[in-house]
Amino acid sequence: MKRLSWLVPTIYILFLMLPIYWLVSMSFKTTNEILGSFTLVPQEFTLENYKKIFTDSTWYMGYINSLIYVSLNTVISVAFALPAAYAFSRYRFLGDKHLFFWLLTNRMAPAAVFALPFFQLYSAIGLFDTHLAVALAHTLFNIPLAVWILEGFMSGVPKQLDETAYVDGYSFPKFFMKIFIPTIAAGIGVAAFFCFMFSWVELLLGKTLTAVAAKPIAATMTRTASTSGYELGLLAAAGALTIIPGAIVIYFVRNYIAKGFALGRV
Amino acid sequence: MNKTVNQKAWFLVLPVLLLVAFNALIPLMTVVNYSVQETFGDNNFFWAGVLWFEEVLRSERFHSSLGRQLFFTFSILLIEIPLGVAIALAMPRKGVWVSVCLVLMAMPLLIPWNVVGAMWNIFALPEIGLLGNTLNALGIDYNFTRQPVAAWVTLIAMDVWHWTSLVVLLAYAGLVSIPDAYYQAAKIDGASSWAIFRFIQLPKMKRVLTIAILLRFMDSFNIYTEPFVLTGGGPGNSTTLLSIDLVKIALGQFDLGPAAAMSLIYFLIILLLSWIFYTLMMRNEDQ
Repeated sequence: MKRLSWLVPTIYILFLMLPIYWLVSMSFKTTNEILGSFTLVPQEFTLENYKKIFTDSTWYMGYINSLIYVSLNTVISVAFALPAAYAFSRYRFLGDKHLFFWLLTNRMAPAAVFALPFFQLYSAIGLFDTHLAVALAHTLFNIPLAVWILEGFMSGVPKQLDETAYVDGYSFPKFFMKIFIPTIAAGIGVAAFFCFMFSWVELLLGKTLTAVAAKPIAATMTRTASTSGYELGLLAAAGALTIIPGAIVIYFVRNYIAKGFALGRV
Repeated sequence: MNKTVNQKAWFLVLPVLLLVAFNALIPLMTVVNYSVQETFGDNNFFWAGVLWFEEVLRSERFHSSLGRQLFFTFSILLIEIPLGVAIALAMPRKGVWVSVCLVLMAMPLLIPWNVVGAMWNIFALPEIGLLGNTLNALGIDYNFTRQPVAAWVTLIAMDVWHWTSLVVLLAYAGLVSIPDAYYQAAKIDGASSWAIFRFIQLPKMKRVLTIAILLRFMDSFNIYTEPFVLTGGGPGNSTTLLSIDLVKIALGQFDLGPAAAMSLIYFLIILLLSWIFYTLMMRNEDQ
């Protein structure tokens, strides 16, 4: 029984890889081949689909736009969440528990509920179709998550560290930047990973808050799918390329992913 | 950790509070505002009271979307949680294969949701998709764009594909935190592997599983993009989940009043069910 246990994860990973394989294989096929015949491996191997994406600015700008607002969002979420998580992990104050729960309820808010009001809000303050608008909108669900994860990591750091630093004459900001942040670097990495992840995969808000200048790749894909009909190869290539940033990020945090949630407090 | 009372800590929380309040309270007030008013265009609004709430709560359409939503959420929870735990138990604990497994398993989590939908669409298409073509070649009549049952099976398979890894990662994090001494003690006592699971591993995983169930519950209840891209809510209305229906009413038909009332009811249902889940599981933990 024990000897066969490697089979379970192997079969599961095969199941995970099948649709990805199909997407990648389709991205190297011509439209004729996709619609005309059923082939497991591309017969007329072509790079045409990728060439189109890398030369047409509406396509490659989509990736750049997405990466810009995702990075902005990650920086904003972590920067705002750090002091708040510190307060939650170290102090008791009036309404702290209610505040923490209220923050978490925003993680439960359906994006569909907020799409229209967000559109009106960000239009009203003149941020519509900017990267900042999407980045700020995504903080709605990313800040609660970042606070939650960071609070868990910070609670694991003994309080003596803070007290010793204050005795040594460190001011709060100096202690926080010079000693505390390096101590919880792993936690910041995990929080940043999850912020990146949830901002990168979200489509509805990103699509609602942009028109041209900050249009994310996901929106370019859905609009192409509805207008140009059956260019499946091109869509597959665009989809395959969206997997790459995620895969790179996972590789860097592979030793911390599993810990991210486990250390948090519900 | 014993915390000191310090009201000045509010200043540290203030930036987050302001930003989230800006993002959450203003839109929520907009929704509340629409939900109690009637408009005939030209930006003229009239007080409508609880009219929209009554209309939504009575409507057949809302009941059926809610029913489908509950069916979807509970099916995927029933599949993903046990499956995720089983895979985590079978995973290696040490060595190079751990990293390989974790990286490969985490991949679906980082694929944009519309790509997940599009990927499963071309994977399952009856003529040109690997899955659809194989099933039809095996003599199974399968076409998810026409058969409601096939659409549901595909939808659930897609969600299992997409999110089981999250449960695996969480359960695995819980498992590796169990000290070796526990297993050695169990070995000395001659405990069966079921007993080890029931009395050592499961209690240790309770915390992370609570998080997994809550996250999966909230996210599956909010799901929009993947089913929208995969089936568009069809065939007919057979896979129209709550948020797909909501977006249809709000952005498609621009019926702001009913859409806003529906939004609030929808949000309240999620809050209520999450709270019930949370308190039930925490009560078990206390015992």
